[in-house]
Amino acid sequence: MNLASTDTASGRNAGRATAEPVLSVNDLVVTYYTDLGRARALDKVSFTLKAGTKMGMVGESGSGKSTLALAMMRMIKPPGRIEGGNVWVGGTDLQALSEEDMRKARLSKIAYIPQGAMNSLNPVMRVGAQMVDAIKSHLRGESASAINDRCVWALKSVDLDPSVFHMYPHELSGGMKQRVCIAIGILLRPEVIIADEPTSALDVVTQRQVMETIDKVQDEINSAVILIGHDMGLMAQTMDHVAVMYAGRLVELATVREMFTSPKHPYSQALISSLPTLDNKGQFKGIPGLAPSLLRLPTGCAFHPRCPLASDRSRTEKPKVNVLPGGQLVACHLYDQGN
Amino acid sequence: MNFKLIAKRLSFLVLVIWAASTIVFFVPRLSPRNAIRERFAELARSGGFAPGDIEKLIANMNQQFGLDKPLLEQYWTYLGNIVRMDFGYSLNRYPATVTDIISQALPWTFFLLLVTTILSFIIGNLLGAVSAWPKAPRWLRSIATPFVLLTGVPPVIMGVLLLFFIGFRMKLLPLGGAYSIGVVPNWSLDFALDLLRHQLLPGLALILGSVGGWVLSMRGMGVTIQGEDYVNFAEHKGLTGGRIFRDYYLRNTLLPQVTGLALALGTVITSAIIVEGLFGLPGLGTVLNNAIRANDFPVIYGIVLFITIAIAVLMAVLEFIYPLLDPRVRNQ
Repeated sequence: MNLASTDTASGRNAGRATAEPVLSVNDLVVTYYTDLGRARALDKVSFTLKAGTKMGMVGESGSGKSTLALAMMRMIKPPGRIEGGNVWVGGTDLQALSEEDMRKARLSKIAYIPQGAMNSLNPVMRVGAQMVDAIKSHLRGESASAINDRCVWALKSVDLDPSVFHMYPHELSGGMKQRVCIAIGILLRPEVIIADEPTSALDVVTQRQVMETIDKVQDEINSAVILIGHDMGLMAQTMDHVAVMYAGRLVELATVREMFTSPKHPYSQALISSLPTLDNKGQFKGIPGLAPSLLRLPTGCAFHPRCPLASDRSRTEKPKVNVLPGGQLVACHLYDQGN
Repeated sequence: MNFKLIAKRLSFLVLVIWAASTIVFFVPRLSPRNAIRERFAELARSGGFAPGDIEKLIANMNQQFGLDKPLLEQYWTYLGNIVRMDFGYSLNRYPATVTDIISQALPWTFFLLLVTTILSFIIGNLLGAVSAWPKAPRWLRSIATPFVLLTGVPPVIMGVLLLFFIGFRMKLLPLGGAYSIGVVPNWSLDFALDLLRHQLLPGLALILGSVGGWVLSMRGMGVTIQGEDYVNFAEHKGLTGGRIFRDYYLRNTLLPQVTGLALALGTVITSAIIVEGLFGLPGLGTVLNNAIRANDFPVIYGIVLFITIAIAVLMAVLEFIYPLLDPRVRNQ
């Protein structure tokens, strides 16, 4: 948990990142039509990510992190609906694809590593069969030996023995299952990998190993990685950028260094100052209040009832996303031009 | 699968058969009725015998069937006979042996049950699986509903309704019997078709009555499994819908259904007995029914025991098949 390792991690990847963003999400809107009313789970979320970079995404439960991941995969199920915006992956607009083309894009362009890895593998199929069917449904003409090579490469990349290929999921430990899921995710060398809390069900030692695996694999195939999670310490150690979500909006996006040294949005500031530090023993500082219900969002800025810096404008007008000189994105009236 | 497991399972099978045969031996003997006495009393009523002769005859018959020996001795002889699959003679249709009677009746019941059970298992589970699959077309998902409604109708009532409308009013299919009257059984195609026509209504009665049960339990399982992480992840992997349905969804929903099949075997036979009687098929059900009315001990023993053994063996077979379907139970 030292800052030096953070620096080397981001420095190494920054060097490899290309100028052109490989992922670009623009004004993505998702609404769930529930019996109790409309819930806007994603409200015009926009960001870009370059190849070879890692972005952590944090926020309270219900802030829209997983919805964002599902929307990028175009896997929002009724009663949810993607109502606007688009997702570009390496020059392809995913929203414009047909169902069949989107199926082919999953895993080959944009891969998803699931949250509940414990239960994400089919218990009645061997690990190998679950890797092979993924390859076969994308690469029709691939020869048997090429498929086999690909599986062995993927398993080795996540530090698993190739013999895992012949095993059943129940014969693997939790960490191994999570590695298998990562191996499946990288099979087709996708440009974007979304990992939805890949370490939340694991113990801290295994968490660290899994994160190192993701790191190593990303180095190898140079894709952009989005990691969804709650663990700020993990983010600080392994990510290049951190995005903070609140009530369906992206409220701040900054590099790890900026986020941890000078967070701009009052919610990010509260989040960072709630983290325990070594020098500052004693009481934990929480954020007063609760995350709002998406069915009854406060007017103006959704955070204003809990915000110590809220102004009259916060109560009436929804803040737009400001781009600060350093490239940091902040959705807060405090940083509106002229303020 | 290891040897120890097989040995364990087989010894359990023997235990079940022993327990069943013991129950089958003692329970009819608790009844105050006496098949031999009743038989002669009936003969006496229709004229011929003096009461004194009857007592002599009864004693003679009891001796012949070994019924005069102490109960425990009878029991030992009985167990020994069972090991040799020898259930003795029918009291009512002497000198036919019980084994003869069973082997004549068995094919009728066996094929009717085998075909209807397999068909209703396949149809019911497919309909149930499809009805819980959100991506299936709406019309396909709603086919299952009428079958579910039919579950409430007992096979007998279903049989009567089918007989009345299809057999009696529309005259499409024969009203009963195993084959047309006056036809001599032979190996021709005509005879095979005749047999089939006679089996259609009883088969339909059994299938319509049991498909709904499979639909309901499968739909319940389906709703659970389609929310599982691995089905979701399969979609994230970009698999085609058909492959997800077959390998990720259907294979997992079927596991408890196979257990259900083992449990259903008993009820299947019960309803077959009633339906056979209704349609006048010369199967085990009809024979058992007649034997109970005539208090024909050996035949009752024989058939009940035979059914018990058949179910126990089938369940053991299913238990051996199950590890092939679910790798998780393989090493236990």
